[in-house]
Amino acid sequence: MTKLMNHRLNRRAVLGAGVAGAGILAMPSILRAQDRSIKVGVYGGYFKDSFDKNIFPEFTKATGIAVESVAEPTGEAWLVQLEQAARAGQAPADLSMMSQTSTLKGQSTELWTPLDPAKVKNYDDLLPQFVAKYPDGRVAGIGAVAWYITLVTNTEAYPEAPDSWAALWDPANKDKLGLLALVSNSFLLEVTAKTFMGGTDALDTEEGQLKAFEKLAEVKPNVRLWYRDEAQFEQALKSGEIPMGQYYHDVTGLAAADGHPVRSTFPKEGGIQDSGNWVLSKASDKVEEAHVFIDYMSQPEIQGLMSRKVGTAPTLKKGVLDLSDEEFAAVSSEIDPIIPRYDLYTSKSDWLNQKWTELIVG
Amino acid sequence: MRREPPRAIGDYAPLFFPAVMLVVFFVVPFSTMIAVSFFKRDQAGFYTPDFVTANYERFLSAFFGGVLGFSLMLAIMVAAVCVLVAFPFTYLLTQSSRRVQTIWLVVLLSVLSLSEVIIGFAWSTLFSRTAGITNLLVAAGLMAEPQALLPGFGAVLTGMVYQALPYTVLVLYPALVRLDPTLMEAARTLGASPPRAFFNVIVPALRNTIVATLIMVFVFALGSYLLPQILGRPQHWTLSVLITDQAIYQSNMPFAAAMAVFLVLISLALVGLTLLVGGRREASA
Repeated sequence: MTKLMNHRLNRRAVLGAGVAGAGILAMPSILRAQDRSIKVGVYGGYFKDSFDKNIFPEFTKATGIAVESVAEPTGEAWLVQLEQAARAGQAPADLSMMSQTSTLKGQSTELWTPLDPAKVKNYDDLLPQFVAKYPDGRVAGIGAVAWYITLVTNTEAYPEAPDSWAALWDPANKDKLGLLALVSNSFLLEVTAKTFMGGTDALDTEEGQLKAFEKLAEVKPNVRLWYRDEAQFEQALKSGEIPMGQYYHDVTGLAAADGHPVRSTFPKEGGIQDSGNWVLSKASDKVEEAHVFIDYMSQPEIQGLMSRKVGTAPTLKKGVLDLSDEEFAAVSSEIDPIIPRYDLYTSKSDWLNQKWTELIVG
Repeated sequence: MRREPPRAIGDYAPLFFPAVMLVVFFVVPFSTMIAVSFFKRDQAGFYTPDFVTANYERFLSAFFGGVLGFSLMLAIMVAAVCVLVAFPFTYLLTQSSRRVQTIWLVVLLSVLSLSEVIIGFAWSTLFSRTAGITNLLVAAGLMAEPQALLPGFGAVLTGMVYQALPYTVLVLYPALVRLDPTLMEAARTLGASPPRAFFNVIVPALRNTIVATLIMVFVFALGSYLLPQILGRPQHWTLSVLITDQAIYQSNMPFAAAMAVFLVLISLALVGLTLLVGGRREASA
């Protein structure tokens, strides 16, 4: 079912390339003759298909609000479109699914209408990382979807599961790793900081960042493949060609369920948790509907439904969920996750990118 | 055919269509790229129209110089290997029967229908330890245990030569087919061995074709960005790979545009230099 998750990055590559207009031009896929409606931007491809099929019809049934879903490109093209449209008083979508970095960038221009926590019943059950706040405490966005990147291994090459990210640094693993190729999607600086420097706070200063780069450089001889395209690594992991690396937890679980000799491990330092928020454009006048939508999406039953049908990690505390232990383990873990330092990717993205490229290419 | 200089505007009419195509599909996009390369990058947003040279300044570093140098070297090697392999092959092809020629050309054309993605993944399987060609060598008793032949420079070069070879043959084929067979016969009558006649008569007679083919394959190989990623290590990534990273993953259009403009200028300069050197030699000969 979440097999298509494989295409997360492919899709980003394709859509980001220049179909910036696709979001606006995309035809509404569900539009019924209800009085109330809301336009919701969802990452095009896998997420939009799953939401259209499993989530939005249920929402309309429950609330009477029609959802017009709009395919948005991932990456920053959608943020730029929302920004420009808002200047003209237009909202190509009322609510949008927005990456954490783009949420922060939108905050800098007050693009997001602050949300009212009182209108979200389960607000207090949300995990803290799923509430994006303006510096003054107003709520800018609430968690929409989340997923984990974990330490994955081929079970034939590694009969014992590694228990720490430090395995990436082990000289015994020379030329055996597959890692994501970009600073902003591999989050390896955060992994380095959490594993060896006491936590991601160590990246607060440039000195700390340089130290992390230095430590990360020691991984290089172990890396066989720096991948942008998931299919490339997944295939090599299954065959044992590249027996260890970082990969998506849910997709690896599905591959294992299909009988492939692979496993996903949450290291003791935690899996990397990446996510997107629901944000409301300031040009939208559907403030009421947007709150109804976010309230609906943040219910334990709906989070459970999403975990089962879409493969996302729940945004709520485990205690309130109706997921069985097995269902929960398929998408998440209670080990404290490594949460990427999204703030760095807004303020220092070019510098980090340059250092990173020099590190792995040089 | 009667030729006279065009007098009225109407006489230029046949040129309108190609001119419009050239403007729409080359001049406009390329100008846009040049313009964007001077725009100001905004890390927290996208870019704003401006006139800054920061994007070019960032490119002018030892690091990017190294990547550019590698990209050019790789493209030149691909061009050289392609022509070295394709020229004798095409010559032998033109000497064979019509039926054999047709079959070969159909095979080459069908290779062209493969996308870069398919070629990349096919070679990565062929070069892999678990399913690759070394398993055949092990089965034949020539090797002790299967080995991975990728990632590495050899794998990148092989993939790119494989991809460009059909083009090379198809560009060389018309010129070789039209080559006057009496040239070879005359050389043989005068006592040259077949290899000697080939190198001393056929190759010089087609020098311009060979240079044009080299340039075409060079330009073709310079734009490759998928095969170096699939078959190579990061140090084998071409400038095109880094341009893609900037444009798609970093949303840094101005910097990507500046790198692309630079790449185009350098390759134009190299092509110009080749033609200049070729022309001078012709004049002195």
